[in-house]
Amino acid sequence: MMLALEMYRSPAKFLAAKAVGGRIPGILTGPAAPLRLVTINEPKAERPGWARIRPILSGICGSDLGMVTGSTKLYFSAVVSLPFVPGHEIVGELLDDCEDLPKGTRVVMDSVLTCEARGVELCENCVSGNTNRCDRITVGHVAPGLQTGFCQDTGGGWGNMLVAHRSQLYAVPEALTNERAVLVEPLAGAVHAALRAKVQPGQSVLVSGAGAVGLFATLALRELTQAGRITVVAKHPKQRELARAFGASDVVAPDEVFRGVRRSTGAFRLKPDFGAGEFLLGGVDVAVDAVGSKDSIDTVLRVTKAGGRVVLSGMPASGADLSPVWFRELEVTGTYASAREEPNGRPAFETALELAGRAPLDGIVGARYPLYRWREALDHAHSAGRLGTVKVAFDVRAS
Amino acid sequence: MDDRTPPLLVHNGEGFLLERFPLGTRVVYPPEALPPVRDVDEAIQNALLNPLESEPLPELLRAGMRLTIAFDDISIPLPPMKKPDIRQRIIEAVLELAAQAGVDDVELISANALHRRLTPNELRDIVGERVFRSFFPDGKLYNFDAEDSANLTHLGQTKHGEDVEISKRAAESDLLVYVNVNLVAMDGGHKSTSIGLASYKSLKHHHNSHTMIHSRSFMDHKASKMHHSAWRMGEVLTQHVKVFQIETTLNNDIFGGPLEFLQKREWEWSLKDQASMLGTKRALAAAPSKLRHKIFTDVRSTYGLTGVHAGKIEPVHDKTLENVHRQHMVEVQGQSDVAIMGVPFIGPYNVNSVMNPILAACMGLGYYFNSYRGNPVVRKDGAVILYHPVDYEFSQLHHPSYVDFFEEVLAESTDPATIEAKFEKQYAEDPWYIHLYRTSYAYHGVHPFYMWYWISHALDHCGDIVWVGANRKTVERMGFRSASTLSDALEMVSHSVGRSPSITYLHNPPHLLADVR
Repeated sequence: MMLALEMYRSPAKFLAAKAVGGRIPGILTGPAAPLRLVTINEPKAERPGWARIRPILSGICGSDLGMVTGSTKLYFSAVVSLPFVPGHEIVGELLDDCEDLPKGTRVVMDSVLTCEARGVELCENCVSGNTNRCDRITVGHVAPGLQTGFCQDTGGGWGNMLVAHRSQLYAVPEALTNERAVLVEPLAGAVHAALRAKVQPGQSVLVSGAGAVGLFATLALRELTQAGRITVVAKHPKQRELARAFGASDVVAPDEVFRGVRRSTGAFRLKPDFGAGEFLLGGVDVAVDAVGSKDSIDTVLRVTKAGGRVVLSGMPASGADLSPVWFRELEVTGTYASAREEPNGRPAFETALELAGRAPLDGIVGARYPLYRWREALDHAHSAGRLGTVKVAFDVRAS
Repeated sequence: MDDRTPPLLVHNGEGFLLERFPLGTRVVYPPEALPPVRDVDEAIQNALLNPLESEPLPELLRAGMRLTIAFDDISIPLPPMKKPDIRQRIIEAVLELAAQAGVDDVELISANALHRRLTPNELRDIVGERVFRSFFPDGKLYNFDAEDSANLTHLGQTKHGEDVEISKRAAESDLLVYVNVNLVAMDGGHKSTSIGLASYKSLKHHHNSHTMIHSRSFMDHKASKMHHSAWRMGEVLTQHVKVFQIETTLNNDIFGGPLEFLQKREWEWSLKDQASMLGTKRALAAAPSKLRHKIFTDVRSTYGLTGVHAGKIEPVHDKTLENVHRQHMVEVQGQSDVAIMGVPFIGPYNVNSVMNPILAACMGLGYYFNSYRGNPVVRKDGAVILYHPVDYEFSQLHHPSYVDFFEEVLAESTDPATIEAKFEKQYAEDPWYIHLYRTSYAYHGVHPFYMWYWISHALDHCGDIVWVGANRKTVERMGFRSASTLSDALEMVSHSVGRSPSITYLHNPPHLLADVR
């Protein structure tokens, strides 16, 4: 038996969470959360290639918070299997030998449950290395679940044990601390986003949002591309400081985006009638939305130059005005998780492990909580930006 | 100030207040208005027919020639003049002579350099209905466009390597008549043509932090590096273009009617003046900001003409300066530890617009601080205390680059040399600002930089700069401090000027020029 946080089916709580949204986090992480601390059976690693992992640190991701606060779309209900133990950003220790990885190895995990992990014939995307686009995430010998952390059978990082397939695992170099290693999964996502952005040398980039996704995207863009000016939209002082440290050329407040981008790109700024949102003629070559809110998506669509590229890196909200996509012939691209075969010919995790070793990431894990302090942990994560924290994690060994 | 001195009026943006200054404060009032010229039209005719070191204007006019008349833009006089504007009277007189001589090819240019374009109504206010109707519809009356490269001519360089690039039409004219209004000693002379009709390529040689900081003061063209440069450019310009300069000087009759008390000394206020002051003060305090703004925007002054001179630029300007000095000069014995100034509602760059924080700083620390001859009123490392609300208020129509300058540039540095090196070029060449300057009514993108350079001498000279009653955030962004009251401001500067500093209050407007001995 093990201690774990479990996401369970509760239509009433789901509706309550959806109704109050992110406005009253105290309620969401209190009685209204469809999440509970339970003692449950440990997941089993019975098939070849699978092994048990004891998480050391497990991060709280925006998508995890989205589930708790009811902002995750019902779209995803078909690709999860309740109840499940959340947590897909982990650094842990192997409890079993796993093919070439001996027991005791520290590992990080690419959480996508691909054809290989599910023991089914590889789909077209898995064959080509685009494992994050796997079409078979609901079949095979593992319960439906797009990733570990959303699947009933595998367990997740917010429990004392989970199971993972060898294809998901990457050994952590000895020199890499646990605090850095737990960031490898979101860093891999940022690597994927940066490469999907296809930034050409010297092109201007806007990153909207300076939470973990935005900051890591900024870092990856600066490290992996020859982007020219990178403008980051940051709300809080600590975020502004980190954005600069991660390679931003300019940092602007959310209400200064149009001014800032217009200034840095020499665009023309237009204000339509009747209170409609303003937009630019000209603008950045590439915009990365790392927030997912309607306002943020509206903004990036309006400040990207005609023919430019908009990368949706945060889980998108509905209701954004798509007029600019049509009028400015924008290329809109989504980025989800990371792939085993990125455009640079390597798994995103390998690149992310290197980045984690050399980037200024000390202090990025700003708070660690045992599992039983989960309400405080989620409250903290919910207000992370305001509190000057980038990443909140569960210290699973202390639980 | 002594025990019997009543509280003194201090201008404070779109309003004013009565302040009781510490005993011993020296108050410098502007001189009384000089008696005006009785017959303005006769004075104009006399100037045109009996010019200084030049043939009379009729002898310079002939059929078939190209005549260009350039005139000072809306930035002066302040407040604007009651109709008819003196420029209208002069332009009409010049045009009459031109018509008599059979000159057909005439164009009129508002010499606005990098200032905003004047609206048709503003042009009409300056040149009058008759001239406007005759020239504007045919495109013969227009604003100078410093970004219209096809219509600029590079006349050469000065011996210091300064480019002289001006309006092509003016450069290729057989005669350029410049119609000037000299409100302060800074204007006129070679500054008229070689700045008013010049492009950024020319202006950047003297509108820069180094030149501005060494212009001591702007009101003395012999001690101002900016003027030295303009004079050098003027030499090059006049080698290519025949210029007939017409300069006018105005008296200090600025506030009339219900605002007449504003130009009287407080202890001379009659009961009517006191009632007007109290009524105006309370009405302004109670009025919504839009109405208050309109009241001040609508102020028109009844200036009297104190002189009009025409002919060759240098002798004309010497005569002009005599008149301006006669009107504005006040002898001040010695510098003081603290200078206090009220910044009023209007400055050269917010006519029919809003005085944003940068313009407020420029008005106080650029114009009033520099209203001296010899030495500044305040000693080196002394303190300046200013009154203005310095609200976060910008006109997106007139000052779009100011907003960005305030938010982006001043957030990085307030040092004129640093921001010049890092940001000026970007702003000067920004296509959006150029677009707005050329097609809308926006000041050129580089203009806020010039305003900031304008205050560089004050920044260098003063130990402390404190604003009374100002918005704390806007003032801090500009690198200054704010205080709620004068007592607090004096307390804040006491570490550098002591607890019993010598204080001078410059009681303007109307304008004054402190001749500090």
